[in-house]
Amino acid sequence: MPPLNFSIILPLLVLTVWACLLLLVDLFVKNKGITALLAALGLAISLGITLSQVGATGTSFNNMVVLDGFSTFVNALLLVSGLFGIALAYGYVKRMGIERGEYYTLLLFSVVGMMLMAQAADLIIVFLALEMLSIPLYVLAAFARPNVNSEEAGLKYFLLGAFSTGFVVYGIALVFGATRTTSLAGIVSAANAASSGTSSLLLLTIGSALILVGLGFKVAAVPFHMWTPDVYQGAPSAVTAFMAAGAKIAGFAALLRVFSLAFPSLASDITPIIAVISALTMIVGNIIAIAQTNIKRLLAYSSIAHAGYILMAFVPYGQKGVVATSVAAGLFYLVSYALTNFGAWAVVIALEKAEGNPSTGSGQRGLEIADYAGIGRKHPALAAAMTVFMFSLTGIPPTLGFVGKFYLFRAAIAGQFYLLAVIGVLTSLISAYYYLRVVVTMYMREGEPETTSEPWLNLTWGLAAVLTVIVSLVPAPLFDWASQAVLKLF
Amino acid sequence: MLLEYIAIGVMIALATVIAVIAIGLGELFGPKKRSSVKSEPYESGIAPIGPGTRRMPVRFYLIAVLFILFDIEVIFFLPWAVVFRQLGLFGLAEMAIFIVILLIGYIYAWKKGALEWE
Repeated sequence: MPPLNFSIILPLLVLTVWACLLLLVDLFVKNKGITALLAALGLAISLGITLSQVGATGTSFNNMVVLDGFSTFVNALLLVSGLFGIALAYGYVKRMGIERGEYYTLLLFSVVGMMLMAQAADLIIVFLALEMLSIPLYVLAAFARPNVNSEEAGLKYFLLGAFSTGFVVYGIALVFGATRTTSLAGIVSAANAASSGTSSLLLLTIGSALILVGLGFKVAAVPFHMWTPDVYQGAPSAVTAFMAAGAKIAGFAALLRVFSLAFPSLASDITPIIAVISALTMIVGNIIAIAQTNIKRLLAYSSIAHAGYILMAFVPYGQKGVVATSVAAGLFYLVSYALTNFGAWAVVIALEKAEGNPSTGSGQRGLEIADYAGIGRKHPALAAAMTVFMFSLTGIPPTLGFVGKFYLFRAAIAGQFYLLAVIGVLTSLISAYYYLRVVVTMYMREGEPETTSEPWLNLTWGLAAVLTVIVSLVPAPLFDWASQAVLKLF
Repeated sequence: MLLEYIAIGVMIALATVIAVIAIGLGELFGPKKRSSVKSEPYESGIAPIGPGTRRMPVRFYLIAVLFILFDIEVIFFLPWAVVFRQLGLFGLAEMAIFIVILLIGYIYAWKKGALEWE
């Protein structure tokens, strides 16, 4: 047996042990705020270790787990997302009367699964990580029990999630049948060797398409997006914010690594499929979002639309010269989306009220776009922050969303997918209508909005707004880091 | 390669046809005398009392889930015990970690009152 190099997964190990201990500590701690702070401390320690590993590479566990620039970049992003998730939940769960210590433990376990996803170099690990990140999210979606909307969200997410996991497993089985290996590196050489006989390549293509279906579900790409609006609306807002960012980052990390590493030989078959999925996702997400009056549903459809934009980065994955910048653009867009997403959800949480019938979730809860009337006058800072997030989601300068979209469209044009770039620009124009409607409501309608002011919440939207603007002015260092991160992949 | 599957395809088609014919002939020519007793669900010859879907205390499910969890722990012990000498200290440490993780779950369930019946 070769010696196991545990330093490869040290951030993961630390976080796992920390989450286990947190579960025990929480049993004896009355003040759940302490649990939240301890969870954040665990994430911070893991983030410190991850950042100390920048530049380090290696594999371990029989080449099933890999540490490289890509995994370090994604893991750092995931850990920061976890910290944002805790900052959003800290006051929110108390206010909504759902303060239970398990929230933070589940969040930590989910982050562990996401990080493992970024480090997976074997389809079995991809599957394991997919389950590890999903199962805590199913529970978190239903966390506002006995609120029926939340329970519905949890059950829907669980049933459809289990269904999509079935696709991934079947895909892995077919790939294994075609190549006799589940290791990403092994699949490439087996595929190259088998390119003379067509039958096993057919199996490989079907298998990779099934994996695409399962991961497409996780990142909410059309036509696998049906669950998204209901789950995002029903789940507690703090959970939705974490789910929208974290699950998407992890899903795309797996897609990028699996397809660009294991299936480059299938590019001629898979690229058209991804291009169509990407175009459909942008069109459907943005057009249905126009009709929404509920801010949570609006952001859910916006999240679908952004899955389409990120998928665009992934279309030219078979073209040797383009793929590196394209994947770097995808990573950059993930950062920009995560930051904007947490900011926007923080504003939603600031306006959400616990009133109404708790068992049905009906009543005035401050979740309609009409409830945002008058914020511009009463809470100028909050309104300004929300304006930044809406601009960033649309892609208007000077925000991070604009820079992200610029890199994405540039990559699509470099890969000669002109039509896709045109669709991206046109759907961005459509999206301006519903994003700016929120801004118009905030500034140009009279109203008496009620907002909540909590230190951690204010810090979240404040920091997200400032970073969204500042990083967009000097995007080069972040993009360089993303480019460095993907360099060793290809 | 696909030609090898023809035999299975013919077999599936033949089995389907024969089953359809057998059931279809019975439906066509068989005598039908329906009565209320015949349409009752079969419960080993005893007359059924009440509807089949009764409400069960949810505590049974909790106990069942906990049982499965700790039952699987025992199943994992068996293969480990078989190769105990080959794995040596490494296996012992792995198993200790495994038990500690389950122990954390056990303490959690215990403290949350999942093991109390009332």
